[in-house]
Amino acid sequence: MATFRIKRYNPEKSPDSYYQDFEYDFPEGATLLDCLNEIKWTQDGSLTYRMSCRSAICGSCGMKGNGHALLACQRQAAHLMKDGVVTVEPMGNMTPIKDLVVDFKPFWEKIDQIKPYLKNKEKPPEKERRQTPKQFKVIDDASTCIMCGACYSDCQMLEVDGNFLGPAALAKAQRFVGDSRDTATLERIKELSQPGGMWDCTHCGECVERCPKPVKPFDRIKELMAVGLEQGVHGNVGARHALSFTKSIKKSGCLNEATLPVESIGYFNFKGLFDLLPVGLRMLFKGKIPPLIHKSCEDVKDVKRIFEELGE
Amino acid sequence: MKFALFTGCVARGATRELMLSTKAAAEGLGIDFVEMKSAACCGAGVMPEKSPLLTDTLNARTFALAEEQNLDLITICSTCQGNLKKSEYNINSDIEYKDKVNHVLKGGGHQYQGGKIKIKHFSDILATPEGLQMLKEKIKRPLTGLKTAAFYGCYVLRPSELSEYEDPDNPTALEEIFEALGATPVYYESRIKCCGFPIIMMNKDASQAMAGNALIDAIQSGANCVVTGCPLCHLSLDSYQPDIESLREKGYSIPILHLPQLVALALGYSPKDIGMDSHIVATAGLDSILAAHA
Repeated sequence: MATFRIKRYNPEKSPDSYYQDFEYDFPEGATLLDCLNEIKWTQDGSLTYRMSCRSAICGSCGMKGNGHALLACQRQAAHLMKDGVVTVEPMGNMTPIKDLVVDFKPFWEKIDQIKPYLKNKEKPPEKERRQTPKQFKVIDDASTCIMCGACYSDCQMLEVDGNFLGPAALAKAQRFVGDSRDTATLERIKELSQPGGMWDCTHCGECVERCPKPVKPFDRIKELMAVGLEQGVHGNVGARHALSFTKSIKKSGCLNEATLPVESIGYFNFKGLFDLLPVGLRMLFKGKIPPLIHKSCEDVKDVKRIFEELGE
Repeated sequence: MKFALFTGCVARGATRELMLSTKAAAEGLGIDFVEMKSAACCGAGVMPEKSPLLTDTLNARTFALAEEQNLDLITICSTCQGNLKKSEYNINSDIEYKDKVNHVLKGGGHQYQGGKIKIKHFSDILATPEGLQMLKEKIKRPLTGLKTAAFYGCYVLRPSELSEYEDPDNPTALEEIFEALGATPVYYESRIKCCGFPIIMMNKDASQAMAGNALIDAIQSGANCVVTGCPLCHLSLDSYQPDIESLREKGYSIPILHLPQLVALALGYSPKDIGMDSHIVATAGLDSILAAHA
């Protein structure tokens, strides 16, 4: 026997959400969705959630199981049980509408924001625009997104800044930036380099864990950053940070913590530099400032040789 | 026990107390750490933005250096740990890529074989049955009464397939170490969250909201201090702590320790010996707690 502790919410009856326990002795191999269906059909018909394909392809049944976003149809209830309990909640970073159903509006607005369609001003060929398998491979992973919202739900950046585009929209952006048939790369990268774009990703990797498909949004965000640097879109803190970091390793084999913040913020960004002062002074006072003369690692010649050999 | 120690850049720079306490903990435990002085930076997840091949090649050179000494590699930074593991995975999952990397290394007289040495975080060798037993045997000053909240750092947890933990959503390694040292672990939701450091310069408000949320969670769960295995988390949670608005509003503050500092404290080193006086948030309150329970 398992207890399904489900977060319930019905604004027509009460503005407050609450947890309700349902007991169900599920058969071996039952998915979380199978269990929710059984509870709805036999115990409480008002239990509300989205579902459709039951095959982890439609992306409808996104919800939280034991605190993390997942597809209810893709996970066996037995694997989610903890001390006989499975806790089920609506996805995060979106407003609940009823029980496990959340409002996807901000999710779709951000997908719209990255212009999720092919941009190509050249005259179309007589037949289709073709791609080689190698060209397709660049966008293969991002193409598998089923828009379930799991990455968006658990994105740690979105928890503190609703302006962030989020992992799904950024992965979708990579699908077009990397598309050999799309000709708006520079325009797209410039937009993605704005505040709230790709450089605001906090590298927590949560999206990769929650994505039920091989999209790995964080990896796609890294690819976008690489394109940004390659295309010369360097007029932002994120790009300057990556360039300063790499330059520092090339020079000495290790990070120069004294130059990195200043070069990242920008020598002429007086407000930004002024903002660094309090922490800088605090650290100086405690002797936490890196040595004034930056020391290279031993055999730095070999490190430099590697940079040169790879054309960096 | 002898290991190659990959110190990472920050332990040699802004958090030199991490290096100091690592040496103290190693001395107290009888672990021989051979510092990898010619290893380059791990890339910290930033260099791969510029070039994954460059990052992997530099890290392959680091692995080759450890292989040449026939020593497993120990990190003292979650970020180094995650990035080295990522490179190890990238190189070993593609034979052609590995050949390419080794072709570049050849010019410096190095070759990376792969599979010969292990890459582990300091906490990984302590959180084994043997490691915990060693801690229990060697501690001189049990940390009784100290409520310690772990802060793991993203890179030792995610991606989960590269993590050393069986269940990276519910890790227990640090808490097991705390218990072996006599401290009381505090379990709280934010212990596996991001500290916000990677975006401190890109989006300071969001970064500090993240750090603030985690620290408020630790404090409200009853912790006396937060202990981390990542010096970047330490910078975010300690050096920047006085700037965090959400904490200031509540009048909260909490000391942040490096894991080796906690170990060294239990091994009898004085807070000054292990650089606790260099922290931005004062750690003196911890001494009073320990003294009250002595």
